[in-house]
Amino acid sequence: MKARVTVMPKAGVLDPQGKAIGHALAGLGFAGVGEVRAGKVIELELAETDPAKAKAEAEAMARKLLANTVIESFSVTLD
Amino acid sequence: MKAAIVMFPGTNRERDMALALQRATGRKPAILWHRDTELPQGTDLVVLPGGFSYGDYLRCGAMAAQSPIMRAIHDFAGRGGHVLGVCNGFQMLVEAGLLPGALLRNASLRFLSMDCHMRVERTDTAYTGRFQRGQVFRATMAHGDGNYFADEATLDRLEGEGLVALRYATADGQVTETANRNGSARNIAGILSPNLRVLGLMPHPENQVDPLIDGTDGLPLFEGLAEALAPA
Repeated sequence: MKARVTVMPKAGVLDPQGKAIGHALAGLGFAGVGEVRAGKVIELELAETDPAKAKAEAEAMARKLLANTVIESFSVTLD
Repeated sequence: MKAAIVMFPGTNRERDMALALQRATGRKPAILWHRDTELPQGTDLVVLPGGFSYGDYLRCGAMAAQSPIMRAIHDFAGRGGHVLGVCNGFQMLVEAGLLPGALLRNASLRFLSMDCHMRVERTDTAYTGRFQRGQVFRATMAHGDGNYFADEATLDRLEGEGLVALRYATADGQVTETANRNGSARNIAGILSPNLRVLGLMPHPENQVDPLIDGTDGLPLFEGLAEALAPA
C-alpha cells in the first residue's frame, strides 16, 4: 500500500521559499497569485494492507521523523 | 574536563572544535562516531559540532537526531551532563528535543558566511562564566538555516526563565534588526536548557581561539567550560 505524506510549513511560520517562488511567478508575468507556500511530499511503500493501520503507521512516521511538528503540519493520504 | 566530540557523516568542524577544547583543557577530546552507543567513561562534556550531517536531508539535523549515539546523549543530558551544540549541532539538539524551537531557512534565503557579534545574556553558566554580562564577542556564522523559531509562548518562557544565552547584537551591544542577519526570533543566537547545561548556538566560537588566526574572541567560552567542569 502506498502512503503519501504531505508536509507543509505551519500557518504563521515564515516560509521564505514560498515567498521567493511567489516573487518569481510574478516576475514571469503570472498575475493574481496570492500567498505561495512550499512544502514537500514523501511517498512511502508500506507492507501493511489494512488502510486504517497503514494510515496510522504513516502518521506515526510523520510525527517521529518526516515532519517537525514545531514548524510543520502534515497530512497522510493512501493510494 | 573530559570532552567528547561526536561525528556524523557530513560533519566538518570537528577538528576546529577539538583544537579549541584542547587549547582550553590541555587534553585531546575523544572523537566519537554516530554509530557508537555509549560515551567514554567519565565524559563531562559532549559536543555536537558543525557541518552538514547527512547532507541536510529532510531537515538540517533531523537524521542525526535519530542516530544511535543520540540515545546515549539523551541519557547523559538527563543525568545532568553538559552538551554543547554548534551550528549543525544546535540544529540536532532542537530536532532531538533537547532544546525547544526549530531553525528555519535564513529569512534572506541566503547562506550567511560572515562574522557576527553576540551579546552574552547571563554569566552564571558553565559556558559563559568567563564573560561579563552584556559583553559582546565576535564569532563566525556559516549557515543556511539559522533562523531561530519558536511559538510566542515558548519564546516568552525562554525569556522569563532566562534561557536565552546569546543574542545577535551590534559590536557595541545594541540588539537591532540589522544585527540579526538570519532573522531569528528576538535576535536569539543561543539558548540553554532549564538546568543550564545544554547550550545550542548557531555561530562558531571555535573559529576564534588562536591569536595568530583571527583572534581569541571565542576562547573564554572554552576556558570557562574547562574551569567549570574541572575535576573537583
